[in-house]
Amino acid sequence: MPRLKELPYLRQLEAESFYILREVAAEFRKPVMLFSAGKDSAVLLHLALKAFYPEKPPFPLLHIDTTWKFREMIAFRDRRARECGVDLLVHTNPEGVERGMNPFDHGSSLYTRVMKTDALKQALDAHGFDVAVGGARRDEEKSRAKERVFSLRSQAHRWDPKSQRPEFWHLFNTRLRAGETMRVFPLSNWTESDVWLYIQAENIPVVPLYFAAERPVIERDGVLFVVDDDRYPLVPGEVPVPRRVRFRTLGCYPLTAAVESNAETLEQVIQETIAVDSSERHGRLIDHDPTSSFERMKQDGYF
Amino acid sequence: MAAKENIARNTPRRQLRDDAAKGLLRFMTCGSVDDGKSTLLGRLLYDTGALFGDQLAKLQSDSERFGAAENDLDFSLLLDGLEAEREQKITIDVAYRYFATRRRKFIVADAPGHEQYTRNMATAASNVDLAIILVDAEKGLLPQTRRHAYIASLLGVRKMVLAVNKMDRVRYKQSVFEAIRDGFKAFARRLAVDDVKAVPVSALKGDNIMHSSPHMGWYTGPSLLDLLETIPVEQDLDGPMRMPVQRVVRPDQTFRGYAGTIVQGSVRPGDSIVALPSGQTTAISRIVTFDGDLDHAAAGQAVTLVLERETDISRGDVIAAAADAPEEADQFAVHVVWLNEEPLYPGRPYHVKIGNCTLTGQITELKHRIDMNSLDQLAAPHLDINEIGYGTLGLDRAIPFEPYGRCRTLGGFIMIDRFTNATVGCGMIDFALWRATTVPWQYLEINKAARADLNRQKPVVLWFTGLSGAGKSTVANAIAKRLHARGQRTYLLDGDNLRHGLNRDLGFRPEDRVENVRRVGEVAKLFVDAGLIVLASLISPFRSERLMVRDMLEPDEFIEIFVEAPIEECERRDPKGLYARARAGEIRNFTGIDSPYEPPDNPELVLNTVDATPEGLADRVFVLLEHRGVI
Repeated sequence: MPRLKELPYLRQLEAESFYILREVAAEFRKPVMLFSAGKDSAVLLHLALKAFYPEKPPFPLLHIDTTWKFREMIAFRDRRARECGVDLLVHTNPEGVERGMNPFDHGSSLYTRVMKTDALKQALDAHGFDVAVGGARRDEEKSRAKERVFSLRSQAHRWDPKSQRPEFWHLFNTRLRAGETMRVFPLSNWTESDVWLYIQAENIPVVPLYFAAERPVIERDGVLFVVDDDRYPLVPGEVPVPRRVRFRTLGCYPLTAAVESNAETLEQVIQETIAVDSSERHGRLIDHDPTSSFERMKQDGYF
Repeated sequence: MAAKENIARNTPRRQLRDDAAKGLLRFMTCGSVDDGKSTLLGRLLYDTGALFGDQLAKLQSDSERFGAAENDLDFSLLLDGLEAEREQKITIDVAYRYFATRRRKFIVADAPGHEQYTRNMATAASNVDLAIILVDAEKGLLPQTRRHAYIASLLGVRKMVLAVNKMDRVRYKQSVFEAIRDGFKAFARRLAVDDVKAVPVSALKGDNIMHSSPHMGWYTGPSLLDLLETIPVEQDLDGPMRMPVQRVVRPDQTFRGYAGTIVQGSVRPGDSIVALPSGQTTAISRIVTFDGDLDHAAAGQAVTLVLERETDISRGDVIAAAADAPEEADQFAVHVVWLNEEPLYPGRPYHVKIGNCTLTGQITELKHRIDMNSLDQLAAPHLDINEIGYGTLGLDRAIPFEPYGRCRTLGGFIMIDRFTNATVGCGMIDFALWRATTVPWQYLEINKAARADLNRQKPVVLWFTGLSGAGKSTVANAIAKRLHARGQRTYLLDGDNLRHGLNRDLGFRPEDRVENVRRVGEVAKLFVDAGLIVLASLISPFRSERLMVRDMLEPDEFIEIFVEAPIEECERRDPKGLYARARAGEIRNFTGIDSPYEPPDNPELVLNTVDATPEGLADRVFVLLEHRGVI
């Protein structure tokens, strides 16, 4: 028998993600997949379409809408769900809306907790989902490097880093006690450049914000923000100016820094990603807020 | 600032082309921090350009703060997150790092090397193809080096790279390197690891990491990175086709497929296959993927197979090449790595997950444990956390399997606690034992139902559990008398009495108690089969074993009765004087004093014996038995 050759690494990562997604569908009662409309979500959705083919993914998508997402992300989200024929659930924390939560008046930390973390818990509880699949990757941030692929959450959705289950081979322990839930990360072993190369190899649609275009920009403390709508509180004399920018990572628009770029094609974005000289979450302002370390957010139930 | 310029000048150019077609190597690093493991990993990340500018700037400032020589970077600081996290008591058995070169992508499983190293090393080793064994040239081979290499080999790592580090400290002397290399190769042969490559390096100075070192002209072999880029990793892939079924795919009436990852061999449409355990044979009709049907799929690919003929297959079954199918068995000789504070006791049942199926199983017998320093085999009544043992795994039904050495997926298993759901152990199948299957069941015409009819009763077990002195035997005795008077056929199994005969070889250590309950359970089962109402009066302190007996019997046959009295009351009664002796230190492992009692979560009946008469309590049991149609 001829020796089998090793699979190209992207195909190995893909197969591993298929396995994880299928395990979720086989072992849990009511799964859901989080969909933020960013590039990792786009890849995750694509993987789900492939892993279950010819069946549709046997779970709905869930988007936590903070009301401060880029308009293009919302449009992209709705279009992709329609094209793929997958159910889309959208949840916004009603108490947060009532209190007019926004990142300017309430600070990024409190705002994120109410509009993202609390909103997510509400949605999971309301629907009774016992497992939520997310697109987090271990290379994103230091505290993610030790995260499990199948990560247990207590009844209160808390992550207890002191009692994590060891993961041997691909034998994932999926057992839950009443009220416990699981978070599952099929992209655990993917890096930022793997995600882009896969998007290219598979021709996966992503939101146009990742590509350079002229956008209305203001600069504060050396950080570029795109003014996505007229809710952005400008200080007197501050006028958005058109600049060629794009995003490396996408969140709520007032909390996501843009980078100057001329990368208009996927090829150029990949060149820029591979050549770039700062880590990805550098552009997420929430990570630099000293009162909300990423690890603490995770323990509270942030994805 | 001199150091900063130095970094700018020497930082490798991040490669601008990335090739999606290159391969993937998963490897682990073994060695303690003192051997320079963090420095080596940091160096690899740095030399391959895996660090970003903001990370480098931080490394630079940290290096200066911690007093590294000017122009030098202290790479160990990059990975010291692990150390800090250890202090915060975060369980990190493994942290994962990622880097890539032109030829390969790498996933590094980085396991902390001191405390809990067995668990950490085993977790890392379960998912890698290669281990770098790091040795400090000044110190030579240490017991720890051997321990780590042993664990890696036990988990199936067949390729090792011995990196003899800190060569700069021994003036790059060839003889030092060769002595360590020869010593390790001799040891590796004992582990049946024959693919050992050795490289002399200095992670600190960068010698032989990425490029050949100018200081060691005597070494003409490849650099460490060259080795990592070129070592072939096709292990596990060859052999007859095996695919555990992960999911049955049935989107509508017209399609029925079996989704899974091929773990060995390859498959084409038309190939004959057998489905196990059903044993039905048919042929592959299609290999379905999102990208269209394939005419060939091989190990590592996650596909959906469609078969020519309707076949009885569900999750956990195995589709295999018909000409060369795996064997099936329910008893195995296995290695077990224990991961839990609560020890492993032979006979205690756990959930066992193997391939894609979850069953009930137990280590029925522990032959020995491995002394991690000498690799000697020592007698082991139980396994403590981080110990490795060898024994017999019994499953509640036969499964298709492969020895772990041949196929990790069909030979590796995890053990899950049935109450806490914690992953408490992992193990590797060595070979099958044929006891259960070579002794077929004899068909007997007079069966349990026939005997029960004759006795005009429904056979059950009344299992009385509780502390010593709670009143179990008194209550059981009262009930036995009443049943007898009514003409019911009973038998009372009294824990104390049985210890004079059947269980005279057992003491009171936890592992003895587990075996004690198992034996009484088996005897109770025989008597139920004989059509009797069995009253078993045993402390039976552990939930797991009571559940085990419940599982041995039919669903309605086990009636758990918790005989409850506060320990103070039991100690006051002390009918056999045992509490006094336990308090005096004459008896050890006494339940309630220095050995735990786990009360039942959901017993069929609770009898509180404070302020109650045995007859009154017996009435309550009678009501229950009548209600259940036992009498």
